[in-house]
Amino acid sequence: MQSQPQQQGKGASVSEDPAVEVRHAIKQFGQGDSAVRALDDVSVSIRRGEFFTLLGPSGCGKTTLLRLIAGFETPTSGQILLDGQDITNLPPNKRPVNTVFQSYALFPHLTVAENIGFGLKMLGQSRADIAARTAEMLALVQLEAMSTRKTAQLSGGQQQRVALARALAPRPKVLLLDEPLSALDLKLRKEMQSELKRLQTETGITFIFVTHDQEEALTMSDRIGVMSRGQINQIGAPREIYAHPTNRFVADFIGETNFLIARMQGGVATLPGDVALPLPGSRADGQVTLAVRPEHVRIVSRDTAGALPATVSHSVYFGTDSHVHLRLADGTEVVSRQQTDAEGAASPEAGTGVGVSFPAGAVQVLED
Amino acid sequence: MARKTYFDVTRLPGFSTIAVIVFVMLYAPILMLVIYSFNAGSSVAIWDGFSWRWYVTAWQNEQVKEVTLRSLMLAASAATISTALATMAALATTRKRAFRGQTAIYVAINQPLMVPEIVTAVALLILFAAVKVATGYQGMGYLILAHTAFCIPFAYLPIRARLEGMDMALEAAAADLYASPWQGFRHVTLPLLMPGIAAGMMLAFVTSLDDVVISLFVKSAGQDTLPTYLLAQLRRQVSPEINAISSVLLLLTLVLLTTFFLLTRKKD
Repeated sequence: MQSQPQQQGKGASVSEDPAVEVRHAIKQFGQGDSAVRALDDVSVSIRRGEFFTLLGPSGCGKTTLLRLIAGFETPTSGQILLDGQDITNLPPNKRPVNTVFQSYALFPHLTVAENIGFGLKMLGQSRADIAARTAEMLALVQLEAMSTRKTAQLSGGQQQRVALARALAPRPKVLLLDEPLSALDLKLRKEMQSELKRLQTETGITFIFVTHDQEEALTMSDRIGVMSRGQINQIGAPREIYAHPTNRFVADFIGETNFLIARMQGGVATLPGDVALPLPGSRADGQVTLAVRPEHVRIVSRDTAGALPATVSHSVYFGTDSHVHLRLADGTEVVSRQQTDAEGAASPEAGTGVGVSFPAGAVQVLED
Repeated sequence: MARKTYFDVTRLPGFSTIAVIVFVMLYAPILMLVIYSFNAGSSVAIWDGFSWRWYVTAWQNEQVKEVTLRSLMLAASAATISTALATMAALATTRKRAFRGQTAIYVAINQPLMVPEIVTAVALLILFAAVKVATGYQGMGYLILAHTAFCIPFAYLPIRARLEGMDMALEAAAADLYASPWQGFRHVTLPLLMPGIAAGMMLAFVTSLDDVVISLFVKSAGQDTLPTYLLAQLRRQVSPEINAISSVLLLLTLVLLTTFFLLTRKKD
């Protein structure tokens, strides 16, 4: 670790060759009529050394996918490969993959040091090796002073660090993290986010992180896989997912979005109020849903060319910005985010007739 | 004042009277038994001064020694076997995803708590009589088997309670950290389960130790246990020796139950 040059910013030497590959995984719980498909034909390839996040609401299958990779579940059908080797039917103790559990699952009858050394002990390493590696891990998570404590005597944040150190100690090829920050308060969570990112960069281990918190996903990940209803909707870098969501679910789940129904023909969208907006590059035809982020919606005077006529319905002040809610001709509600300027100018009055415009580049045509 | 608590027993009229009556009924007879075990005279009703006499008599009584040893051996065997079985049953009913028929299994395991003991005793008597004729075996096996069966729920319940309070992720974590199923059991489940197992074993031991009904029906000639011996003695003559033996048995039970309590109580 010391010998490895520290790389700043995104991802420690991410290579194209996949660390984990999931091929057409289907996981079904129960049988017959009561069967539930937790995973519905999921395929994903996770690169070596990247911080990959599975993001989605609860029940979307992200934890099931993680448990499949860890070996706690076997897929109903499909394949899981680790470094190109099929591990689909290997039990968890035969997979060079370690997990940080949501509940931490620290062994309450063991000390901090014994917890961290547990994996190495099970691997049959010598006492000296275990002691050395445990000390190294304690230093990595800055818990040297706690090594002889029982885990129940630690704070939530410290327990979290022990769980991390325990999972990293056996030098896994992939580290799986199942919503590890959800039990921490906001301040500690922010701290642990940068801590996790630091550990990932320092160790160079592939991290697969599960969360339902979009902000967490956006700030920490190299790539995000957005999941819903047992399927991966979109995989991409945080910027890509935010700027170019491919479907309504992704656009709605990540950040705030306005949805507009439009009619597409020959690369031109007809918006409510019969305003034509050329969208070259889109080959969609017929009725489509367009997504526009609130920060891209501009309020202009009603007679501006190409602006959609709208009425201000109300606005909400947030300090650094305010959200102006507008109603379009067809009744669609659109939110515009207005940065608070130095003068602190007031938002337009409710009932004012205005125009709404947005750059064509900010419009995302969703495949519904 | 904090919000009103309903069923606050200290506020119910007549509660203290009822409590006193209940405690007197529960403990006065036991107190009398213990007091008269120290009687110098040979009556269990007329006090004649303090003496250890009956303890010495009981200690020197070869028959008492024999039945006590038999009872302890029986209780130890039944407690060990039933605890081992109960541990497996508890693991099977708590460490897996709920399965069809789980409630039925739960009921089956706890059947001895629900079926009247006399019914089980008669059934065992009839069954074992047939087996004895068929095999010619007359040994302690029948008693051990019978005691094991009715001890299982007493061992099962504290072990199950302990397992239910244990995060399933602990075993998953052990497996994740390269422990084979056996290593996971040995290094994680078993140490954490130990207080439950010890508690279950002690409850089973005490239950076996003071059983009368089933022992009476199942035992062969010359297989008196301490409780059946005491019962037989009482039919002939009542002397404070019985009190002395009972008091020792009481003390033993109290020690075991106190240990059980200390083992199962929640920390802090």
